[in-house]
Amino acid sequence: MEDAGSIKESLKRIDDNIWEIPIGSKPGMNVPGRIYLSDKLIHNLEPEALDQVANVAMLPGIQKYSMAMPDAHLGYGFPIGGVAAFDEEEGVISPGGVGFDINCGVRLVRSNLTVEDVRPVMKELTEKLFQSVPAGVGSKSRLRASDSELDDIFLHGSRWAVENGYGEKADLEHCEGGGCIEGGDVSHISTKARKRGRPQAGTLGSGNHFLEVQYVDKIYDQEVADNFGLEEGQVSFMIHCGSRGTGHQICTDHLRTISQASKKYKIALPDKQLACAPAQSDEAQNYFRSMICAANYAWNNRQIITHWTREIISDVFRSDIDELGLDLVYDVAHNVAKLEEHTVDGKKKNVYVHRKGATRAFPPGHKDVPQAYRDVGQPVLIPGSMGTASFVLHGAEASMDISFGSACHGAGRVMSRAHAKKEFHGEDIKSDLEKSGIMVRAAHPSVIAEEAPGVYKSSSDVVNVVHDLGIARKVARMMPLGVVKG
Amino acid sequence: MQFPDLKYEYLEHTADAKFKAYGKTMEEAFENAAVAMFNVMINTSKVDCKHTEEIKLTAPDIDDLLVDWLSELLFLFEVDFIAFGEFKVESITQVNGEYTISAQASGEEIDLEKHEIDTEVKAVTYNDLKAEEVPEGFMVQVTVDT
Repeated sequence: MEDAGSIKESLKRIDDNIWEIPIGSKPGMNVPGRIYLSDKLIHNLEPEALDQVANVAMLPGIQKYSMAMPDAHLGYGFPIGGVAAFDEEEGVISPGGVGFDINCGVRLVRSNLTVEDVRPVMKELTEKLFQSVPAGVGSKSRLRASDSELDDIFLHGSRWAVENGYGEKADLEHCEGGGCIEGGDVSHISTKARKRGRPQAGTLGSGNHFLEVQYVDKIYDQEVADNFGLEEGQVSFMIHCGSRGTGHQICTDHLRTISQASKKYKIALPDKQLACAPAQSDEAQNYFRSMICAANYAWNNRQIITHWTREIISDVFRSDIDELGLDLVYDVAHNVAKLEEHTVDGKKKNVYVHRKGATRAFPPGHKDVPQAYRDVGQPVLIPGSMGTASFVLHGAEASMDISFGSACHGAGRVMSRAHAKKEFHGEDIKSDLEKSGIMVRAAHPSVIAEEAPGVYKSSSDVVNVVHDLGIARKVARMMPLGVVKG
Repeated sequence: MQFPDLKYEYLEHTADAKFKAYGKTMEEAFENAAVAMFNVMINTSKVDCKHTEEIKLTAPDIDDLLVDWLSELLFLFEVDFIAFGEFKVESITQVNGEYTISAQASGEEIDLEKHEIDTEVKAVTYNDLKAEEVPEGFMVQVTVDT
């Protein structure tokens, strides 16, 4: 990290929102680094995060650029907000490019309810959602998956939930990849990962994960909003969570093997957390296929939570789910690696795209965008933090060229959790938010302090960068009405 | 001089929790690292140490042993629902290039009212990881994903 200061000095501005770390800024870089930031945000970026972008550029087989999205901040290995694609044959796969919380992601469920319908019952609704969706450390799911069910979840993701009565077929059609990545293999998932996964299917977790009641307060693009079924004043529900302990354990388990593999294949690592293995090696493929299982577990998790959320809304409004129009708009992964086809130097090729704290943002016409959204591009969901706006965007043309079809994933922290707890008091934040009409229910007040709006960059500033770059364009802004946190 | 009286200290980190733990021996530094990690999650002084788990782990190097030690404790916290408050590392030995830790962790079943969960630790990372001898004794540095 001692080079971090000089890395910042080597930063060159390429365009309004594009900054480059040239090859050679750090010895061993194979490609330049690219940071997508506006003038407003450049001062928030830690030099250490830039150093991490340069480190990723050193990995074998990296294509075009090592990238950081506008919400980037210091992570481990890759920065959070890091995106990198590696050649299918010559490249590597790295657990550090996905993170511990595999397929931490977000989904949006719309409704026919208006803000006027919902505001009077927010206290009851928030409390019932909190009671119904297990949240916080140590919370256990009402669903107790058996070993064979867990295998099905690992292999089939959301499809397992829908086939077992937790949702509708349409949910799968409106989910990245249909709520499942094919090619999972359960044989390299440890007993420990299974033990952590079994009681947690259908739990929210803690930290930055949440279930939020929101309303659409601004439409930027009427045509696309119509396509996504969104209109001003409409209430929607955002669910943000991941693969829980099973994903953390799968990452932990494979880091060890991959770390040994880095030595075996003589890959020079600037940071041990960047451990990686040649993409086609057994070590990399065993990790990749286990990671797929964790990603599928996360999609199933969000689907089960969706089902319980729908039940509660139906109960509070004494109306059935269809009448309330509780349709899934979309579900995106934030922490995942995928084998995708991209054009590099004019040639189509398969690459392993690592998105760590970044969202896929495929443009109109892409075959992997659901038929219903094919004309406008996939929905890109950007959660805010408690009390601040979340955004819906749509994937745009420039994403394939600029960022391997990727956009930012959130606001990005500017303050540590420890600092946040010194700066803010959970109960004060809660009562301030309640005064501004936002109900908060959390397992513990400290989580409210840690996740206070003031510890994040402005989600609006972050979203404007990807909008201006033409990676993903703004469709709607959502404001919170109620938040359930772990 | 504070060290070696200072058992551990937290370092600033934007997204995660990072700490240094010290000891006259590597065993003591490992014990203090465990206390530091658990104090991110709970107030360890409120834990009654009624129950003791025996832990024995082997790893190819000292860094990996440190990650394994803390990861094992996290696993027991989450799966067996035990809040740990005291740690005794009997020995850390190196035989034929492999490092082995023999230790005990004591605590009790988590009571959410009593222990009040603070920040959840998801995993132990290799980022900027250190386990080394320093002039005053031994120091380990760990970043945990929160």
